[in-house]
Amino acid sequence: MSDSPSSLFRMTPKRQAGAFLLIAAIVAAFALLFGYVGGWLAPHRLTPKRIVNQFQKNAGVFPGYRRNHAKGVCVSGYFEGNGNAVPYSMAQVFTRSRTPVVGRFAIPGSNPYAPDGSVPIRSLALRFTQADGQQWRTGMNAMPVFPVSTPQAFYAQLKATQPDPATGKPDPSKVAAFFAAHPEAAAFRAWAKTAKPSASFATESYHSINAFIFINAAGQRQAVRWVMAPVATDASHDIHKAGDPNYLAADLSQRLANGPLRWHLMVTLANPGDPTNDATRTWPADRRSIDAGTLVIDHTTPQESGPCRDINYDPTVLPDGIEISDDPLLPARSAAYAASYLRRTSEEAHLPGTTQTPTKPAPEATP
Amino acid sequence: MSNTTGMFVLSARILHWLMAVLILAMLFIGIGMVASVSERHEWLIHIHKPLGIAILILAVLRLAIRLRNPAPPLPADLPWLQKLAAHASHWLLYGLMIAMPLIGWAMLSAGGYPVMLSDSLRLPPIFPTNAIAFAILRQLHTVLAMLLFLTFLAHMAAALYHGLIRRDGVLSSMTHRRKP
Ligand code: HEM
Ligand code: HEM
Repeated sequence: MSDSPSSLFRMTPKRQAGAFLLIAAIVAAFALLFGYVGGWLAPHRLTPKRIVNQFQKNAGVFPGYRRNHAKGVCVSGYFEGNGNAVPYSMAQVFTRSRTPVVGRFAIPGSNPYAPDGSVPIRSLALRFTQADGQQWRTGMNAMPVFPVSTPQAFYAQLKATQPDPATGKPDPSKVAAFFAAHPEAAAFRAWAKTAKPSASFATESYHSINAFIFINAAGQRQAVRWVMAPVATDASHDIHKAGDPNYLAADLSQRLANGPLRWHLMVTLANPGDPTNDATRTWPADRRSIDAGTLVIDHTTPQESGPCRDINYDPTVLPDGIEISDDPLLPARSAAYAASYLRRTSEEAHLPGTTQTPTKPAPEATP
Repeated sequence: MSNTTGMFVLSARILHWLMAVLILAMLFIGIGMVASVSERHEWLIHIHKPLGIAILILAVLRLAIRLRNPAPPLPADLPWLQKLAAHASHWLLYGLMIAMPLIGWAMLSAGGYPVMLSDSLRLPPIFPTNAIAFAILRQLHTVLAMLLFLTFLAHMAAALYHGLIRRDGVLSSMTHRRKP
């Protein structure tokens, strides 16, 4: 029978139906598995999209802008390595050399028109482009600790602070319930109680908060955190005039008109056993710290037209010599920043299905 | 030159099954990593990029082998519509297995990312930095991945139909020599 080219009729109709069913079942099994792995059939899994959706639920959609730290300005300059970190990391940026930097100062929150005084936190994101083409990207906040240590808790916090449609403000009972369930936020809350919105980006210390691993040329690993510590310390600057909601950008331009601004990159070296997976806790104050070089910022441009606009400051983009630690916030940041970046660039490209008009109007410019 | 053995050449068969596993794995790795915020996201993306480039190299090799060694003919009594579907889907699969990695590489280039295949191995950009191009390529990477998965499902169903129902030697031309 094998010379018969087709054997459609060799099977009983019953066996043939069985074979069709089997094929359908195999196809369905692959499709279901795909749906599960892709999250469509796993509605309770925390995904980057769900995090970004929650940012949008809390603040609205402002097409083209970042879903968090939406208000900011681009800056550029360079980093001057001094060689001090070379025993710990083989990254080119730490050698005695100059590495060009494109950065962004910002304030947290999803509204690009929020007044600068509305939050006591400022942020600095940097992209170092090494001569070998590798990059180091980092996003730092001017605070010593993060309120939560896991992406699940971060999501719960976003949900708890979603404004109540009736009042336009978060429901205090939900916020209280969140903090009752998250005692790890205590250190952050203690800091936040005393923190005041600064009048300048230039005088702030920007913390990596998450731990990272430095790897030297011999392959030795060292857990680290870092702070960009400002050289400028004058807190009072009279540009901070009452009524200007955008005083930070104005202050920055004015300072840069008088010359570049500098920060020292202070790298804290963990002792063996210091936790690297908990952004809610600092390491003991006696840990050794090294000055790895100087960040020099000499230029600023508005974010709508500046070179930082289209950069995703994903903190897991690292050169050879720096790796992420086991901090669970880092993969979550990478995933969520990518989702935010895809939405804002798709809006820039006017792709079908993207939001084109802000869900909240921009405030009138105040004279 | 025509194929009278009824079989694909050995190198083509080896590449077919190796790449079937790799490409299917890539589809699951891809959708799994973008739907995860855990450490899984990190290690999956570290597999995704080098494996994707490996698939690009294998796909080019495979296309070269395919162009030099004609495929065995489909059964003469196969309805023309099924023949057309078979040929179209095969060229679609070749196209996608080459396009997907190129788009992945191009979209990272357009997004201004360093295209790192390991801690230190960096590929040069193949597209100028441009956010609009990034968005289009990144969305295309998703849409074509879905098309690739659907084409795979149809391809697998058709192969099983030939193997289990028609039993016409089409499936075995990619597996083993049939006993006479
Ligand atoms: C799981 C926790 C976190 C989530 C889900 C999250 C989410 C986001 C998102 C969606 C963006 C916008 C990204 C873009 O469109 O480019 C962003 C920006 C930013 N985040 Fe986070 N974040 C988290 C934790 C942190 C931590 C721990 C820090 C502090 C070190 C931080 C610092 C920043 C900074 C500085 C920016 C602004 C970057 C820029 O100027 O482009 N984030 N975050
Ligand atoms: C056969 C080759 C490939 C296949 C089948 C494939 C498949 C996929 C799939 C299914 C996704 C998820 C799309 C989504 O759900 O939105 C994805 C995402 C992605 N792929 Fe690929 N890919 C391939 C090659 C590559 C290559 C060569 C690169 C880079 C060198 C790459 C980089 C990426 C990146 C960066 C993402 C998105 C990550 C994110 O947005 O968080 N892919 N890929």
